[in-house]
Amino acid sequence: MAIKQLTVFVQNRKGTIVSVTDILARNAVNIRALSIAETEEFGILRLIVNDEEMAEKVLAEHGYLIKVVDVVGVKIGDEPGKLTAALDVLDKADINVEYLYAFMARTEKHAYVVLRVENNETAESILADAGFHLITEEDINKL
Amino acid sequence: MAQNYYQKEIETMSVESMKQLQSEKLVKQVKHVYENVPYYKNLMDEKGVKPEDIKGIEDLYKLPFLTKADLRDAYPYGLLAKPLEECVRIQSTSGTTGRRVVAFYTQKDIDLWEDCCARAIVAAGGTNKDVCQVAYGYGLFTGGAGLNGGSHKVGCLTLPMSSGNTERQIQFMTDLSAKILCCTPSYAAYIGETLKEQGYKPEDIPLKAGIFGAEPWTEEMRQNIEETLGIKAYDIYGLTETSGPGVAFECSEQTGMHINEDHFLAEIIDPETGEVLPEGEKGELVFTSLDKEAFPLLRYRTRDICVLSRKQCSCGRTLIKMAKPMGRTDDMLIIRGVNVFPSQIETVLLNEGYLPNYQIVVDRANNTDTFEVNVEMSPEQFTDKVSDVLQMEKSLANAMKTMLGINPTIHLVAPKSIVRSEGKAVRVIDKRKLV
Ligand SMILES: [Zn+2]
Repeated sequence: MAIKQLTVFVQNRKGTIVSVTDILARNAVNIRALSIAETEEFGILRLIVNDEEMAEKVLAEHGYLIKVVDVVGVKIGDEPGKLTAALDVLDKADINVEYLYAFMARTEKHAYVVLRVENNETAESILADAGFHLITEEDINKL
Repeated sequence: MAQNYYQKEIETMSVESMKQLQSEKLVKQVKHVYENVPYYKNLMDEKGVKPEDIKGIEDLYKLPFLTKADLRDAYPYGLLAKPLEECVRIQSTSGTTGRRVVAFYTQKDIDLWEDCCARAIVAAGGTNKDVCQVAYGYGLFTGGAGLNGGSHKVGCLTLPMSSGNTERQIQFMTDLSAKILCCTPSYAAYIGETLKEQGYKPEDIPLKAGIFGAEPWTEEMRQNIEETLGIKAYDIYGLTETSGPGVAFECSEQTGMHINEDHFLAEIIDPETGEVLPEGEKGELVFTSLDKEAFPLLRYRTRDICVLSRKQCSCGRTLIKMAKPMGRTDDMLIIRGVNVFPSQIETVLLNEGYLPNYQIVVDRANNTDTFEVNVEMSPEQFTDKVSDVLQMEKSLANAMKTMLGINPTIHLVAPKSIVRSEGKAVRVIDKRKLV
């Protein structure tokens, strides 16, 4: 059920993020969502793309340090309070969210949230039980 | 394990008798050099030292040092102490930096050198019943010639393989049941990997011991070689300037190398001041050849940093021991007043599960040295969490602090991101020198 997140290690030099997105663009990989966590010295780029196999291959060829991890994707309506409600459900179940980021779809009026948790299956079943719509790799490819 | 010695009387001689023997030899050697080597006579004259001032090893400190620069200046014949017609051999260094070093040998020099190598082979458990495979390079390099000669002296059936052609090495090793392998540690590791790929288990490999030297290697490498080949791996030390391999060799205790001090008198000095340091202190290793006729170097500074120890050894040998050199004086960095060797950083990295791909950056800010180490992270180590990466940096810094006594700032970086110059990684960037 979980979706694939591409994680890329980047050193904080000028232009490093642009070179990653540039490589992906030249290989027809579309970025659906992007978030960066950074320190003074390095950054970790997190990407949801339409073709993570291609993305991994071309970035590896350019010498990037990459890891593909499974994350939980949730579709939430474009209305106030929906994100809080989702986090609330997880919090009550004692599930720690390591990090999260949100993105909008081009076509639909929906917001999507990517959640990094320790155990994807538990988080997914709790969210599903609470009535949230989880997204799959197929959904991502259709966006 | 019952101990065998090649020259028991010398190898187990009392320290008193050894010092007596060294003193007698030193007095003669200084006279021989003063009379036959104008280059060194000049150095002694400049220092105001006469041969008669040297009455024993306690006077050694009075003699001037020889350095690699002297060897270059005196190239090729300036330090020769015997007429060429009495010399029978030349060996030479690889000469990767500067002019090559050329060392001369009389027949007696060769003989004593081979004895030294024979002591090493016997200490590693070699006997005349064993097949000894010498996979050091033959030729100008001292590795092949030295161990080949030592193997003959022990009476081993000697396989003069030279280095390379690993398929053939393996074929001879297995067909003829070689028991002792002599080569560089990196080549031993390579042979081990190849055997493993071909499906050999350690117990299928006939070897029982290996004598590995001529390049720096770590304890981790030793364990790795011992496991893949199913052997005991012994270290051997030497340098072309003093003869070749066999200046010092490891015994069954594997806690440092016994110096053949009846031939090579060792000292440890402060590399900055030249002052002789007491036993047990870390400093530059200096050798005086007591028996060499053709190329007798007095107080030759090896640039290797190490420690000497006279602690009693379980093997029964009384010969003084030297620790594995922890670096070269040329590589030594002084950071916040502490001596730091790149080899120490490398050891920590291997201990902590990193590849030795690193770069030390030293600079100065607010009148204090800054000390940063960039370390390449492997794909397996990389995680998507910033906190994990920061934690890895922190624990690596702690491990370095324990080893070095000072705290570096660690930066984990992407693989292959450390600048390489002609394929070799640039290990040290010292920006303090550029100011
Ligand atoms: Zn010993």
